[in-house]
Amino acid sequence: MKAARYIEVGQMDELGRLDTPLHRLDARVKMAAVVLFVVTVMSFPRYEISGLMPLFLFPFVLMGSGKIPFGAIFKKVALALPFALFVGLFNPLLDRTPVLTLGPWTISGGWLSFFSILLRFTLTVSAALILLACTGIYRLCAGLERLGVPPLFATQLLFLYRYLFVIGGEALRMIRSVRMRSAGSKKLSLRIYSTLTGHLLLRSIDRAQRIYRAMVSRGFDGQIRVLHRTRPGWRDLLFLIGWSAFFILVRFYNPAVALGGWLTGEH
Amino acid sequence: MHMADALISPAVGGTMWAVTGGLIAWCAKKIRAVHEDRLIPMMGVLGAFVFTAQMINFTIPATGSSGHLGGGLLLTALLGPYAAFLVMASILTVQALFFADGGLLALGCNIFNLGFFPAFIAYPLIYRIFVNASSSRLRLWSGSVLAAVAGLQLGAFAVVLETTLSGISDLSFSTFVLLMQPIHLAIGVVEGLATAAVVSVVMHARPETLAVQDAERPTMTRRALIWLILIAVLLGGVVSWFASGRLDGLEWSLKKTTGHEDLPAPEEGIHSYLAQWQEKTAFFPDYTFKAEEAESGLQQEDESAWPTVDAGTSFSGLLGGLITLAVAAGIGYSLQARRKNE
Repeated sequence: MKAARYIEVGQMDELGRLDTPLHRLDARVKMAAVVLFVVTVMSFPRYEISGLMPLFLFPFVLMGSGKIPFGAIFKKVALALPFALFVGLFNPLLDRTPVLTLGPWTISGGWLSFFSILLRFTLTVSAALILLACTGIYRLCAGLERLGVPPLFATQLLFLYRYLFVIGGEALRMIRSVRMRSAGSKKLSLRIYSTLTGHLLLRSIDRAQRIYRAMVSRGFDGQIRVLHRTRPGWRDLLFLIGWSAFFILVRFYNPAVALGGWLTGEH
Repeated sequence: MHMADALISPAVGGTMWAVTGGLIAWCAKKIRAVHEDRLIPMMGVLGAFVFTAQMINFTIPATGSSGHLGGGLLLTALLGPYAAFLVMASILTVQALFFADGGLLALGCNIFNLGFFPAFIAYPLIYRIFVNASSSRLRLWSGSVLAAVAGLQLGAFAVVLETTLSGISDLSFSTFVLLMQPIHLAIGVVEGLATAAVVSVVMHARPETLAVQDAERPTMTRRALIWLILIAVLLGGVVSWFASGRLDGLEWSLKKTTGHEDLPAPEEGIHSYLAQWQEKTAFFPDYTFKAEEAESGLQQEDESAWPTVDAGTSFSGLLGGLITLAVAAGIGYSLQARRKNE
């Protein structure tokens, strides 16, 4: 049981509850900006490295203005890295075309595309995490619903999130008691797993039935009404237009290469 | 099996977003139509349950390694396919946002790969045929394992297709298939065991919870269909390991058309099509295209040097089997849908 993961959920939740100008922006413009950002990152050709660099401005500015600690985001990115590494590592093996010489070293196309994959991974994953950290799940779900996502799905997200901590806590207690009775052995056999998880499921079902009765007795009629408070203002519009302009600029004009050319005197 | 944004092209990611978005809207409509308010808190809490259960590991018998529940099949057995698909979608969304498991662009792909196949194919076409409230233990365990394996094989194959179509990884289609399918065979068995383990407890303690699955008894034609699918997959995956190169027309025709016995390197197949498309749409066509040309020359050599795994034989068989399965499942599903309307 990776209890640490729950603590991290708690941390993201705290970050999402902060109240900075960035947090107060309309959730929809933040979602739109992040989607545009991810599409921009992934639209670069496969060997691109320098052109991706200016895009780091987006996560850094957001983390900075949203009071989100850099370490919190990068730790999560590093934890999620293995899959991209696993698939990306075949590129240097398969693609050995020399494309670049740096003094005595020759760099193959495979290594370039591998590093490009890692950069893309870091950019896109951190953007998703930052979106949540600077919006919070409640504002995000309300925004999703206003964007036309079926209300049932938005409600489902909120319910899942709400009961994650409850069911997770219950599972932690059950596992702790199993460990205390199993003389230091940390592994669960399939038989014990089966009863443990089965009973967790039964408890979850009972809980869902109690929740339903409680909801009905408070007038639940099948609809969950979310309070919409934010109205997009000029700040929100400025945020979206500003970042969109930046993404388009960076996509067509590579400031990193221009800077390098200027520094080395080449054109 | 979560795919990451870094390996998905915007075209593939966008398409899968549209497909998944449509499925979510459709499922939401279906659930609204039955007016089962009770389902709303149940979906939320069971989502939290599966999320939690994914973090509880158990020891896999006779191996010493450990595995955990994926949950798609179990959710479908408890909630029915529409609600289960929505719950899986919500779990994957929370994972993408909180834990960086998969990305936003890849979210559509991930929901489809891990939600659609168990809920709409493996459950109705395999699990339901084997398992009902009065099932023997053997039927429960074998049905769960077979359904989970089929669901994960299809999901893994979709991952390969989506990655290859995106063209960011250099892994060729056939190599990637050979990496993914066997791994997910093992994962599928574990998923099946875990599902059966949990269901058996519920079946024993609270059989009425699983009432959903008895609403409709499978008919003889569906049974026959299932056996056909299973045999097709078995033949495709296993028999072709032993088959000669000429058994299956695919390789022979490849040799005839391309002069190579191997499957074409990515640059020749789907890729050349995408590259052409990319050339038309790209902002700097020369840049990407030159590189691709230079690379494809060298890649041919590398492909032949690439170890002794003979992708061709079992790949063509597996592909044939999977396509058969997909077609069969499609027919079965449309039949089921028609029967529900009657």
